[in-house]
Amino acid sequence: MRGDVTPIGLAISLIMVAVAIGISLRQRLGVEWSLVWATVRSLIQLLVIGLVLAVIIDPTAPLAWSWAWVAAMVVFAALVMQRRAPEVSGVVRLGLVAFATAAVLTLGVIFGLGIFPLEARALVPLAGMMVGNSMNATIVTARRVVEELRDKRGEVEARLALGQPTMLAARPYLRAALRTALIPQIETTKAVGLVFLPGAMTGLILAGVEPVDAVLVQAAIMYLLLGSVAATTAVVGLGMVRRLFTRDHRLRPLPRPVDG
Amino acid sequence: MSELFRFDDVSVERAGRRLLDSLSVSISSGGVTGVVGPSGSGKTTLLRLCNRLEVPTDGRVLLEGVDLAVLDPLLLRRRVGMVFQRPALFPGTVADNLAVAEPGLGEAMMAELMERVGLDPKLLSRTADDLSGGEAQRACLARTLVTGPEVLLMDEPTASVDPSATGGLEQLARSLASHDHSVIWVTHDLAQLRRLAERVLVLIGGRLRLEGSLADLAAATTPEVRAFVSGGTDAR
Repeated sequence: MRGDVTPIGLAISLIMVAVAIGISLRQRLGVEWSLVWATVRSLIQLLVIGLVLAVIIDPTAPLAWSWAWVAAMVVFAALVMQRRAPEVSGVVRLGLVAFATAAVLTLGVIFGLGIFPLEARALVPLAGMMVGNSMNATIVTARRVVEELRDKRGEVEARLALGQPTMLAARPYLRAALRTALIPQIETTKAVGLVFLPGAMTGLILAGVEPVDAVLVQAAIMYLLLGSVAATTAVVGLGMVRRLFTRDHRLRPLPRPVDG
Repeated sequence: MSELFRFDDVSVERAGRRLLDSLSVSISSGGVTGVVGPSGSGKTTLLRLCNRLEVPTDGRVLLEGVDLAVLDPLLLRRRVGMVFQRPALFPGTVADNLAVAEPGLGEAMMAELMERVGLDPKLLSRTADDLSGGEAQRACLARTLVTGPEVLLMDEPTASVDPSATGGLEQLARSLASHDHSVIWVTHDLAQLRRLAERVLVLIGGRLRLEGSLADLAAATTPEVRAFVSGGTDAR
């Protein structure tokens, strides 16, 4: 299937961005330049990635290129996590471990069980779904863990002062952070088929696959996605707690980042 | 009275700022030791060193002659309880709060602890958020007493409660001190210090300026101590 969006069509789609810029200017929200920058940057990124992907997923290209692409995604996701949680040392290594584990396990199941054939056309987008969704959830986890422990320092230290070990003292705040991070994925899973039809299933049906088979494939992907998000958020959440406390059960200082 | 804590040339530095500077002092067991000084003088840091919520950058802190660095911090904190400036009650009922300190704590024991801190045991089923400031601070003290601490670190516990609750908490501290507890009470309120403490440490700018009795404080000739004493309750 060929994409039907012409440059004019793309330009028309930017009308909504223009509306958003208009609202920002009128309400003095101060985000107009961020909107312009995000739009321009995403367009350039997508065009470049489209060109690179065309080379990578070419049936004649070696599969190693696709794996290299997946590895780059994992590294990029870990770097994004570091940018969002700069007050935590060693967060890049934590992200690398979490995303790499999630990618290996989920892709191992997808291709090991033959849900999809192992080819670049399947590997790259599926890895993107797994790493991308995990990245969003782990960033929420990382931020929430830091904020919960910083805002509720008094409570946390009161627990430590009662002789609770780090993991026990941090548990209520870690639980709150994980819940916040997992709720969108859980809600998406609950609403599937009612609110929206997932892309993989729709694509398979359009390509002529029996709806029941398409549903089974979609369900497998969705459960792996849910599992991957849950596992990475748990790994990152626990790893964050270990980094934010000392070995002798003290909460490290967590200064607020300077605004601006 | 035997030596409880000894600070051996202790300094604490954080983010390039020296919170305590070469502190060497002993705190003896029993009674109430008052730690006084203006805001930012290192009083809370000194207290937090006693249960290892803080560790020295230099020097060492000893409890009954044993370096705190070699003690299990979790066991230490059950021996050395702490009540914070702001009552930090956890979500749930008062009973839930006491159970955090000792999950298997029975109702009878909870009721006894409540009575010990002057609270009606009926409050055990009350949501912690519904307590007044004074009640909340007493409930925090009851929670601290669950672990059976020998030492109580009180970090300006009356700073966020109304004056009517202050007297009750002071009386409670004196009563605990007369029943085998050693109390270290941090305050910047000299009147409170005079009502409570038998021994006094005066900290100013992270340094120990005076160690002695209330009479020693009254007779102090050091200019910084005189300025603090004549400056009223808070020489900020």
